[in-house]
Amino acid sequence: MLSLRGVGKQYNGTRVLEGVSFDVMPGQIVGLVGENGAGKTTLMRILFGMGVIAETGGYEGSVLLDGREVRFKSPFDALAAGIGMVHQEFSLIPGFTATENILLNRESTRPNILVDLFGDRMSVLDRATMGLRSRKAIERLGVPLDPDTQVREMPVGHKQFTEIARELDREQVRLLVLDEPSAVLAESEAETLLAAMRKLAEQGIAIVFISHRLREVLEVADKVVVLRDGRLVKEAENESLSLRDLASLMVGRSFEGSSEARRPAERPSGAGFLEVEGLWVDMPGETVRDLSFSVAEGEIFGIGGLAGQGKLGVPNGVMGLFAAGGSVRLGGEAVPLNAPRRALEAGMAFVSEDRRGVGLLLDEGIDWNVCFSAMQLRDLAVRPLLGGLFKWRSDSAMRAVAEEYVRALDIKCTSVRQRAGNLSGGNQQKVCLAKAFALEPRLLFVSEPTRGIDVGAKRLVLDEIRRVNRERGTTIVMVSSELEELRLICDRIAIVDEGRLAGILAPEAPVEEFGLLMSGLGGRAAAPGAPAAPGRP
Amino acid sequence: MKSKLRLLLIDNAVVLLFVAIIAVAIPISAMPLKYLAQEILTRLGRNAFLVLALLLPVMAGMGLNFGMVLGAMAGQIGLILVTDWNVVGISGVMLAAIISTPVALGLGWVCGQVLNRAKGREMVTGYILGFFMNGIYQLLVLYAMGMLIPIATPGILLSRGYGIRNMVDLIGVRQSLDKLLVVTVAGLKLPVATYLVIAAMCAFIVWFRGTKLGQDMRAVGQDRAVATASGIPVERTRIMAIMISTLLACYGQIIFLQNLGTLNTYNSHEQTGMFSIAALLIGGASVSRASIPNVIAGVVLFHLMFVVSPIAGKNLIGSAQLGEFFRQFISYGIIAVSLVLFSWKRKADVAASREALRGGSAPASGPSKGGRA
Repeated sequence: MLSLRGVGKQYNGTRVLEGVSFDVMPGQIVGLVGENGAGKTTLMRILFGMGVIAETGGYEGSVLLDGREVRFKSPFDALAAGIGMVHQEFSLIPGFTATENILLNRESTRPNILVDLFGDRMSVLDRATMGLRSRKAIERLGVPLDPDTQVREMPVGHKQFTEIARELDREQVRLLVLDEPSAVLAESEAETLLAAMRKLAEQGIAIVFISHRLREVLEVADKVVVLRDGRLVKEAENESLSLRDLASLMVGRSFEGSSEARRPAERPSGAGFLEVEGLWVDMPGETVRDLSFSVAEGEIFGIGGLAGQGKLGVPNGVMGLFAAGGSVRLGGEAVPLNAPRRALEAGMAFVSEDRRGVGLLLDEGIDWNVCFSAMQLRDLAVRPLLGGLFKWRSDSAMRAVAEEYVRALDIKCTSVRQRAGNLSGGNQQKVCLAKAFALEPRLLFVSEPTRGIDVGAKRLVLDEIRRVNRERGTTIVMVSSELEELRLICDRIAIVDEGRLAGILAPEAPVEEFGLLMSGLGGRAAAPGAPAAPGRP
Repeated sequence: MKSKLRLLLIDNAVVLLFVAIIAVAIPISAMPLKYLAQEILTRLGRNAFLVLALLLPVMAGMGLNFGMVLGAMAGQIGLILVTDWNVVGISGVMLAAIISTPVALGLGWVCGQVLNRAKGREMVTGYILGFFMNGIYQLLVLYAMGMLIPIATPGILLSRGYGIRNMVDLIGVRQSLDKLLVVTVAGLKLPVATYLVIAAMCAFIVWFRGTKLGQDMRAVGQDRAVATASGIPVERTRIMAIMISTLLACYGQIIFLQNLGTLNTYNSHEQTGMFSIAALLIGGASVSRASIPNVIAGVVLFHLMFVVSPIAGKNLIGSAQLGEFFRQFISYGIIAVSLVLFSWKRKADVAASREALRGGSAPASGPSKGGRA
């Protein structure tokens, strides 16, 4: 029914998708699996004719529906052709009932005299017919959903069902794309969802099921398609696949070069230097639900996991940038949460993943950027006046400090007065590192240190992190989506899945072990050095 | 049960506060109840329509429509013209409404366009837009009328020969709607015709909520992004909400002024917005939620306050000035408090809606605990 033929796409010269071809038959459930940045989202954007695709130069290859090529100009064209999509985030009106949401902007109406005068929108809603239609859609789905409950009072699972029922109200719907529909669901709700998917498939509706929960994919899909780095690496009937195959296919990439991490015997161990207990962080899109781990002094501790699973929430929560709870102890002393200054005073520093937003003062020079936090906290480059009554900024001291770091980190710039906003991504990241180093922290959080910088610069940034760890003995917690770089320099790597610790692995553990942990299952027992991981039941 | 009662009390805190103040103030003022009742019945007819005009923009998520001043100006232009043409009685009121309709719709469209470019800041934008339009209104009334627009009645013109006087005596239309049908009950005169117009307006609003456009406005008001994604023309819907509101404010101002009988050319409209909004808020409405009962309760309470507080102030401290001061203080204060409460509540709502994601030792399942803020 739906065929993709050699679909490819590049954004500003960066290739994100190349030569992807597969078919979807009526009533078939296709599991689409891939890591972050594997191209799943781009593929779905192409399928739905999202504006961003056309704006960035269209795509290559072709999308065929019933053998005829289609090129949707907007999501509404795709809907008209019978393709429905349920997004990861809910798009429901909270104060509306399930019925009102299912029929949003497709309500049944009765005309009246004002319609002739002012147009269709003056017609009155026909609540009885609307009720019937929504009941029918819910029945097709076969889930227990009360059409008259307001969405804001529903459990998450029911919200998800409401979203799917909305697509089912379109009579012509033939293909449903479900993007991580089970990510927010509890176990039993996920079961109901899978059952509903099977029921829909029996009715002849094809389903593309995007999920990182590999077990669910294997449970329900007829066929599995694995994307990695924008290419289709595997298209196979479900029967021929095992969880382990799938996990290693998904994470892929053989481990090149030798790890520069310390050999197991040399790794720091001992009593917890940083102890995190029952941490939760309300960071939108990166929620941490319940996380406990312990980092030894002098260790480089990696935190990995798929996007949106909460790994970024860890440093942001501990540093007080987002609402958080639980307990954090550094060197035995409790660090209060939700108070960035207290976190900094405790001797922690943070190199944010949001370099341009949180990390840098873009309109200021390198010297200001490097010294800014340290001035606040350590009185670096500050001259006391009148016995400390006033504090005066010392520009020459700032320049000296900045020049020192420019030399040490090899920051390419015209002078230390150059605006941070004008530096390249890699050099900006180095300035962020310098800013954190200037705080002389006992513990340094580094979040996505190599995101958006070129290959050569990546190398240098990682080297710097390792150097400060080795030379100053700074304990490092490094959060990254790039499993490879975590395995390159970390002593231990924790994988976060759905806001919880899935497990902790040594960097030399086989790659499919990481893949399994990211998929919310698998070798929890195989977690060396991990205190019993409080995973899901 | 107990928490339900508490929620009910919190939801109606403003109303209860004012009921309490008035319950204390009435005995102090020692005003005869019959006089008060008559006063309130009159003022209900005078003001309710104006306050009703505020409901639709609240529903469409645009907050309190400070831009209603634009409609009031349109209504005043209509009244000035019918006074000049000497069309009297109920037909004068009708003609004023007909003349000002296109003006109000045009101004409403402009207002909607501007507010669409200032999403999330509708209230302050509407407020400033009112000042801006006031300048254009003054240009029109102070210079154009009598120069470009022929005005035949010298009595309403300034002595220099063009421009409208500060006060226009609306003698032709004075209380023509109120006196169309008067019923006396227990010695109280009820302006039944005006009440019927207001009732018809309420019926229209109730009906309107059930229309497709009304449903779209509710959707837009609750979540613009979702409404856009489902294909609702969000900008058009918002413009229509403002246009309807402006038109209703225009009619409301005509009803208001025919009751008063004099037009304060350069000031009448300025107070309209502030007082209508204060009345609505005192009736228990908020920036995001307002209903017809809020309107009725608000008009009654606000005007009881208005009537009683100067006399109560005089009797209590010997100075009517204090009561007047209190009245001002209340109407501006209530708006400020309500705006602060609204943003505080919105924050609390966000926290509540994410409660399931916070501190979660249990996975997000089952009905979210404490679904209400």
